[in-house]
Order: sequence, then C-alpha cells, then structure tokens
Amino acid sequence: MGVVVQRGACVGAGQCALVAPDVFDQDNDGIVLLLEPDPEGAILLAATRAARLCPARAITVAQP
Amino acid sequence: MTRAARVVVVGASIGGLTAAETLRQEGFDGEIVLIGDERHLPYNRPPLSKQILLGDWEPHQAAIRTAAEAADLAIELRTSCSALALDVAAHLVRTTQGEIAFDELVIATGSEPRRHPLLSTALTLRTMDDALALRDEMRSARRVGIVGAGVLGSEVASAARKNDTDVVLVGRSGALRFGAVGTLLSKRLVALHQNHGVRLRLSESILGAERTANGTRVLLADGDETVDLLVAMIGSTPRTAWLASSALRIADGIVCDSAGRAAPGVSAVGDVAAWEDPFTGLPARVEHQSNAIEQAIAVAIRIVRGQLGTAPVPLFWSEIHGTRIQACGWFPSDRTLVSPAGEDAPSPSLLQSTDDEGRVRGVVGWDAAPREFRAARGTVLTATSILTPS
Repeated sequence: MGVVVQRGACVGAGQCALVAPDVFDQDNDGIVLLLEPDPEGAILLAATRAARLCPARAITVAQP
Repeated sequence: MTRAARVVVVGASIGGLTAAETLRQEGFDGEIVLIGDERHLPYNRPPLSKQILLGDWEPHQAAIRTAAEAADLAIELRTSCSALALDVAAHLVRTTQGEIAFDELVIATGSEPRRHPLLSTALTLRTMDDALALRDEMRSARRVGIVGAGVLGSEVASAARKNDTDVVLVGRSGALRFGAVGTLLSKRLVALHQNHGVRLRLSESILGAERTANGTRVLLADGDETVDLLVAMIGSTPRTAWLASSALRIADGIVCDSAGRAAPGVSAVGDVAAWEDPFTGLPARVEHQSNAIEQAIAVAIRIVRGQLGTAPVPLFWSEIHGTRIQACGWFPSDRTLVSPAGEDAPSPSLLQSTDDEGRVRGVVGWDAAPREFRAARGTVLTATSILTPS
C-alpha cells in the first residue's frame, strides 16, 4: 500500500485534501480520510506533496 | 545537481525539520545536521494550546518524528544543543556542542513569548514543557487569569473553562485578535467567550501583580482580580539574540529577500524570518505554522535545485470553546469581512476579505464544514502558489 494515514495524529489543517483531492478527504471534524491508497503518476506526486505539507506528519507515502 | 556538501539547520521544530526532510526527499546527498535546543524530539506546536492543554493528548501524540525516522533519512539530529553564534563569512555556527561548518545554513529558531515587565511570575506557553506545566497548574486552579487578547489567550481561556474554572481574560486593547485576521473577528470572539462564561476585561491597564495568602492579586486600573493561576500571552519575539554578533541584518526577525536568503549560504524560515512581502516589498514575519512549512520547502528546493519557489499563502486555524475557526490569505485591517453569500445571512460560516477590484484576498471559516472551507480557500489561492492542485 503506497499511502498510509494516521487519523489519530491528524490536526485537520486540510492541506492534503487541498493539494491531492483525489487521494484525501476530510470527515466532518476535519480529520483526514484516505480515498485512494495506491495513487500513480501525477496523483502520486500530489500525495507526496501533501505528506510534506502535513503539519502533523500524519501521512506516509511509500515511493515506488 | 547537488551544490552543497553539508547543510546545517538550526532549530528542530516544524520549520527546521521540514527543511531537513525536504532536502533529502529532493535528492540532496550531502550531510544534514539538524540541531534543536529542546530535550524533546521534533513535535507539533499547535496542539500544545489545544489537545495537550485540554489533557486530550499525551506528549507522544504531538511528536512528529522519531529518532529512528530521522536516522532513516540520514539526518543527524542533535537535541539539547543551542546555537550560540554565527560567523557568516567563515560559514561556521558555534553551538553548545562545538563548532559546525556549513556550506548552506537554514535558520529556524522560531520565536519566544514576550515577558510582561510587571508580571514576572506569570506562566506562558511556547514549548512542550511550558504546556505540561500549565496543564498541571490548571488542574488545581479554581480561578485562572489570562493576560493577552490574542489567539493564544483565547485558547488558554477555552481550555481552562473546560473544568468549569472561573476564567478572566484581560486585554490592554478593546478588541480580541485572531492571528493575521487582526481584530476583524473581535465581535464574534467576544460573544463566543461570553457564551462560555469567560469574563472579559478589555481596555484594561495592568499595574502589576502581587502574591497574597489567597492567591495572586492582579492589580488593574478598574479593580483587582485575585487568581490561583496567572498566564501571560502577550505576543512573541523572534529568537535572534544568538545572531547579535553576526553580519546578518536583524530588524523584527532576520531580514530576507523574497526567497528566504539572508546572506550568501544563509537562509531563514518560519517565525524568526522576515521575508520580503511580495505585495508590500517590506520584510514581514508570519507566525503561522503553515508558513514555516511552506518557507522550509521553498528554501530546501532552492538549495537542491537552484529553483525559486513562490510565496506561501498564510493559513491559520484554532479551536475556541469547541468552535473551529480557520483563516487563509491576507486580511488588511481596513477591509471589513463580508459574507460571500451577501448581507442577508445572519451568522454565516464563511467570511471573506476582498480588494478594490472585488478579488478575494482572504477567507475565514467559522465552524465551517471542512469541504466548504476548502472550496473557499480555492478562491484565494493564486496560480503561482505551491499549494495549487496539479
């Protein structure tokens, strides 16, 4: 699995769902929801950028 | 492609850590030394005044990297190590653990709370240790006094009220502030505190404080308050004292160009850095976590690839008495916030700041649904932002 999220660490900043809306969403409390655990190509790049921007480091993206 | 052999990052909070990690992810294969003066591994600061203070989280839940994770990225992480001086010309940092030479230096030493000259015994909040001390004191305090009308003061008031404690919030100005939004949300914040039983004493002059048998008496122009716990949150100052003998230009923070360069081979990011504002051309500090992250990414990419990034769009959020308040963009103090839905909505969950041409420069979400606020953010962001979806 390429993308892993730790919901317990999430602080709900929403950066991930903004830069990679195909991979991440937020629940009603703002906590991250993983939509696509195995993105490819440009979407994988966007997920990587989301991981970098996450203030809680709640996203891990395994690089292929 | 790699130009520098050793990058030294001073400051191991989110800005410094992000710079170090991004360097590695961008393919930098030289040495990275990350030094921090706290005993803790890098942790996330915003939860200190929220989850940690409320007792909902233990310290390990705010940690952002383990020593093993740093080692996996071949980042040499030195905790409990303070930078003492910088020699720009010699490319040398002097620290409590010896001198370190660098090819590139990233300064991310952040800011520290301003001390109130008349309230030397008041607690404050910046570090994990501060937050744990404050949390423990709050558990037994029946009366809490908070000095400072900024967002941290509001957050501490909110955390203290959770225990049904008597809470008084004292501010010198007549309005409550919310980060980059300034006083534009003051009316709503005042109502929010009042609805949750916080006593507000605004436009108040503080004359001093003294210990009595019955607690700490805070001397105010319009009548004293006696409290068990006194907290002062009156802003912060950039941590630049260690740079006094360096050749860097220090004003309110380290003066940088719009790409974060302070001198050849020296960059600064986060609370300590005053990057040239792309709109005003003047150096300005932005004390928001997202800003530290985006500046750190931009600097790391510049060091590795030689490419210039773009200026971050400020993003800030808080939770006060259970109300989630988010702000994104710029909020000139002379532009009142308006509802994008028009004036009819009595208490809209979205507000925006617009310029003379009607372009949206900032948006505020007041208990807005996450998706609703995200959509609104999209109206602010420009095509040049690194946050633009690809």
